[in-house]
Amino acid sequence: MILGIDIGSRSIEVVGMAGDEVVEKRRAPTTFNPVAQLRALLDGLSARRAVATGYGRKLVQDLDLGFPVETITEIKAHGLGAARHYPEARTLLDIGGQDTKAIALLPGGRVGKFEMNDRCAAGTGKFLEYTAQIFQIPVQEFGLYALFGDAPPIINSMCTVFAETEATSLMAQGVRPENIALGLHLSIVRRTVNMLQRVGLNLPLVFVGGVAHNPCMRRLLAEQTGTVEGETLLVPEEPDMTGALGAALWGEKLALESA
Amino acid sequence: MTNEAYREMWENLNLDLAAHDGLLSVLGKFYGDIYMSQQGRLKGMEYLDFVLSEVHGLRIKELQDAKAQGRKIVGTFCVFVPEELALAVDAVQVGLCAGADAGREAAETLVPRNTCALIKSFIGFKLARLCPYTESCDLIVGETTCDGKKKAYEAFAEHAPMHIMEVPQTKTVSARALWKAEVLRYMEKLEELTGKKVTAENLAGAIKTVNDRRRALQRLNRLRAAVPAPISGRDVLLINQVSFYDDPVRFTASVNTLCDQLEERIKAGDGVAPADAPRVMLSGCPMAVPNWKLPYIIESSGAVIVGEESCIGTRNTRDLTDESCRTLEQMIDALCDRYMKIDCACFTPNAERLDNVESMARDLKVDGVIQYALMFCQPYAHEGIKVEKRLTAGNIPSMSLETDYSMEDVEQLKTRVEAFLETLK
Repeated sequence: MILGIDIGSRSIEVVGMAGDEVVEKRRAPTTFNPVAQLRALLDGLSARRAVATGYGRKLVQDLDLGFPVETITEIKAHGLGAARHYPEARTLLDIGGQDTKAIALLPGGRVGKFEMNDRCAAGTGKFLEYTAQIFQIPVQEFGLYALFGDAPPIINSMCTVFAETEATSLMAQGVRPENIALGLHLSIVRRTVNMLQRVGLNLPLVFVGGVAHNPCMRRLLAEQTGTVEGETLLVPEEPDMTGALGAALWGEKLALESA
Repeated sequence: MTNEAYREMWENLNLDLAAHDGLLSVLGKFYGDIYMSQQGRLKGMEYLDFVLSEVHGLRIKELQDAKAQGRKIVGTFCVFVPEELALAVDAVQVGLCAGADAGREAAETLVPRNTCALIKSFIGFKLARLCPYTESCDLIVGETTCDGKKKAYEAFAEHAPMHIMEVPQTKTVSARALWKAEVLRYMEKLEELTGKKVTAENLAGAIKTVNDRRRALQRLNRLRAAVPAPISGRDVLLINQVSFYDDPVRFTASVNTLCDQLEERIKAGDGVAPADAPRVMLSGCPMAVPNWKLPYIIESSGAVIVGEESCIGTRNTRDLTDESCRTLEQMIDALCDRYMKIDCACFTPNAERLDNVESMARDLKVDGVIQYALMFCQPYAHEGIKVEKRLTAGNIPSMSLETDYSMEDVEQLKTRVEAFLETLK
């Protein structure tokens, strides 16, 4: 088996492949001890080699796992993973725990131009997680909640701290909380669409990363990019597994080359 | 010599000794990690290692000795200040510290927070009393290359003896006339400072000295372009950085010695990186010593930097001053012409820079260009958009990065750089 390991800021995903088949999928939160979390995830798996990606990719390489570990960036990994699901994909959006990446895809999932958010986690999964707390609902339900809004106020602050202040003052003005939630989602989507346009928004667009689970984000993204979900906006069943899948695919390629 | 031996000198320069010790120890560790860890460095780099290890020691001692002999020390921040004039009146010109995050809180009492790291750095170094160069200066020459610097110098003038040169913003005939007037005004200032006159004889010598240094650096740039690259980009950047404060004649000799070694290495087909390592050119804002963050990230990601299109790079060394002039008047004109060729982003329009970036990328056979802008540097950020378009049209891959001197974005930069390099393979 060949493993793809994606250590992100919020979660670790592992995909195991044998030949061209995905035979294993595992995930766990990253926590403050990613090494222990990863070791627990790998328990009972025997692999020939692994490719690591995500912020913790070097960390994996430094562990003695008993098989060779290569690294690739999450940008390359997501490109490869997205192309496996949708070979026709032209643009890729990945919104993860602390990063947003917009990537122009070339044939075979190769990366063309790409854009990434700066050092700050504004407009990422972390933003949603933080702002969901204002409404005292779990982040997993935040998107569904926001879909009950119908008149989103404009929220300008992309900084999570300022956005909270803005949301709080909107509440004080009597704006319905569902609308504020919708406005917060919209602020991220607008910013994201800017990034997508900078890399050239060719269709179809693939949306991956943990935030792609959020139904409000998907709907707003479709609206703001003029796409239709399932046709020109494509979201794989397990969008957060895309990086690990791409890493595993790269491992397959390396294994073939060295065979 | 040990730091202990220099303490008295630093004390006399009114440095904050405790903070200065801290700076030196951070700098030493940083240098060890980034430079001394490199494999296969040339023997000639030992001189640079020595100069850097003595950057606040022996070189400062030399400046004090020069002062004791009645020579004046002139500090600068920009490649527009004609060093030839300072050398003609036997002054010593040094580039001032502006490449590290130092005294930021203090600097932010003089300049707005959204000022670039380079400006904050030179103000911070002064206010925190950390830079023995600044403290050794009899005159500091500023220039109007951007709004940030222009206004910062007004504030800085309350703390240091300043002379400001007005650098024009266009390359018209009237701009050239303004520049000549400014060169003459600066010359008078230097004559007043030193009590010496600029003559055809001493200026001809100074022009030759500075040209010789540029020729040595041009030679280095030609040699490093070999495949495989015989020297790391980090080392060449360091050499360029040291060129701003080392004695010009001694520096030129050591660069030429290094170049001899490079020629041998090229003949033997040796490189610092494998022949298939991606070749990257840096373009944009200057990287003042000890700003080695991005070059280190790029080269530790497996690429080799083969060119710096920057003021601490080819923008400073590409053009020579005509040496065939006989009269002082002709020489001043030759100097003006040479400096007006600088393709700084402060000019409008600045179309020649686009041509220079593209032709440099082609000459160096680069796989990609990484554009570097300091955060809040409007001129280079603007040009970054134009350069990107030009390179894309010419099928040269490029990526733009914006950063500062802090270390908090290193991981994000690594990811971007590695991803860019992945696209080049």
